[in-house]
Amino acid sequence: MTLQTILPLNLEALKSLSQQKNEPAWLTENRLKALELASKLELPKPEKTKIDKWDLSDYGTYQAPVKVATLDELPPLISALVEGNESDNLIVQKDSGAIFSSLSDELKAQGVIFTDLETAAREHEELVKPYLTTVVAPDEHQLTALNAAMWNGGAFLYVPKNVEVNIPVQAIFLTENAGATFAPRILVVADTNSSVTYVDNYISSGDDVRVHNGVVEIVAKAGAKVRYATVHQFGGSTTDMSYRRAITENDASIEWIIGEMNDGNTVTDTATVLKGNGSTSDAKIIAVGSGSQRLNYTTKAVHFGKDTTSQMITRAVMRESANAIINGITKIEHGATRSNGEQTEKVLMLSPKARGDANPILLIDEDDVMAGHAASVGQVNPEQVHYLMSRGITRPEAERLIIYGFLAPVVSDIPLERLQTRLQELVERKLGQ
Amino acid sequence: MATNFVIEGLKATIDNKEILKGINLSMKGGEIHAIMGPNGTGKSTLASALMGHPKYEVTEGTVTLDGEDVLEMEVDERARAGLFLAMQYPSEITGVTNSDFLRSAINARREEGKEISLIKFIRQMEGSMKELDMNAEFAHRYLNEGFSGGEKKRNEILQMLLLEPKLVILDEIDSGLDIDALKIVANGVNKMRNEDRGFLIITHYQRLLDYITPDYVHVMMQGRIVKSGGPELAARLEAEGYDWVKEELGITDETVGQEA
Repeated sequence: MTLQTILPLNLEALKSLSQQKNEPAWLTENRLKALELASKLELPKPEKTKIDKWDLSDYGTYQAPVKVATLDELPPLISALVEGNESDNLIVQKDSGAIFSSLSDELKAQGVIFTDLETAAREHEELVKPYLTTVVAPDEHQLTALNAAMWNGGAFLYVPKNVEVNIPVQAIFLTENAGATFAPRILVVADTNSSVTYVDNYISSGDDVRVHNGVVEIVAKAGAKVRYATVHQFGGSTTDMSYRRAITENDASIEWIIGEMNDGNTVTDTATVLKGNGSTSDAKIIAVGSGSQRLNYTTKAVHFGKDTTSQMITRAVMRESANAIINGITKIEHGATRSNGEQTEKVLMLSPKARGDANPILLIDEDDVMAGHAASVGQVNPEQVHYLMSRGITRPEAERLIIYGFLAPVVSDIPLERLQTRLQELVERKLGQ
Repeated sequence: MATNFVIEGLKATIDNKEILKGINLSMKGGEIHAIMGPNGTGKSTLASALMGHPKYEVTEGTVTLDGEDVLEMEVDERARAGLFLAMQYPSEITGVTNSDFLRSAINARREEGKEISLIKFIRQMEGSMKELDMNAEFAHRYLNEGFSGGEKKRNEILQMLLLEPKLVILDEIDSGLDIDALKIVANGVNKMRNEDRGFLIITHYQRLLDYITPDYVHVMMQGRIVKSGGPELAARLEAEGYDWVKEELGITDETVGQEA
């Protein structure tokens, strides 16, 4: 059976674009192979969300970015997200490529590399080539193949052995011109016993329909600690398709902190492959849906190593007629003895038209393990509202306390104070309060 | 003006079943009234209906606090007018800390821009918690979550101390309390006792009344107040039980709205 997939660009165009950007031959080759794959692969099939009717063809065309030299020249949408000395270690992408990039002398001296992925592929081949497209494989489905073929801008973060980066590095991705391809790819390589926190924001402006096809790849080498925090706040005209994967080697740890605050349809898939013994993964997802959003969030932990631990928590608030499917998958492979996987998905629905569906899945192929799950879907409890009101608190304030309280146990656990505040603000904006 | 709380001919139903069949009660500031009676006679329904629990529908009668029509008010308005119900089963609310809750409740009584300062609030809260022998960590715990029965009751009294209501209803505040906790709760109530404040204490045991002396005691059966008296009535009920009241009034089944 042949599949008729109309791709957003052809092999010739992709090849000449890659050459025009002076990309190394291996990368051009890599992209072309991925594009060929894309023509043969089907779209992913997220559980209980039919995306075949979604308009996922609007990738636009590559438009060369115009770099800015100083922060002052950045669009206000972006500078609003940068506070104090955060601009010391910052990458900004607008539409099809990076427009700003900085790294402090201190981190440079430690051997840290933080730049857009295109630059990194040209200048740090030895660190990019071995990992690129190995964590999120192009052959997973059409969307990962397409990102591997046409990714632009993006971010590359490398932390050398034993280096501990004490301040978070930040990236901001903005889609402004809907006609421009916007497909960032993030690659984080944390070498042995290093530690780092990376924070990024995804934003949009304008009302024209477009797609964000994003991929995140994280490699945590033995003993490395990576904290990856991301906040997606695309407007309603952007469809967000994001695939994030981490691989942990022995005793490494990954911490995901994810704020799903888009106004448009969204499919995100966040997974950790616990390859090494004693490695850990912790994922916290906060989501708010509104309007007529269709949302599908998947978190997954795959245990291969012995004594591995995974923890996944998703809390979602759905208002108006938003519809969320929340999947949690804990998979423990044979041989991953003494592993422990826990997951919780909770949905709070604020209107009779809002829908939430929590699907916890445990797939266990090993006897000597622990695993657990909890899921709940419900509405604001009228007894709780009554209790608060009986103390003089108004109904809207009572409901507000309960909704924020629902998210609080996860939000208050976020170790970055600024991010906590920002998420709080976004939650408030999305809840219209 | 001393508080004046009047209930006249109050009838209420749950799921169309009448539970309160005409309650009449008049209270003034400074008075403590105890409502006693066996289980299932409508005591807690009275408390819930007065506070405006959505499960109960008031079908007849009036309730006024200082001349204002309580039944016309929303639940939060009743509270701000000065009504307070220490609940038998307070809700647990995850994610809302006890102190955030208390501060919201205090500020709900204040005008915008005139909220209580954080320092003053903390001082008041910690002072009251100390009086109730509550561990300071309860301020930061989520509201009633994982609290033992006794801890929840103390937390209700803590709210009463901080909100300074005019008319306090205590619904089975003594259930689940050991004797030490009972004394602490009673001390809290006695300390709050003043000319402006009335207390309506609902209980089916005499023991709380050993520490809080009521001015009036009412016996509830079949959804009505069937007998009223002074503190000596509570003492007789403790000594002899309720059978003599039933006999005197010719009641065989004292309960109301129970399934046959």
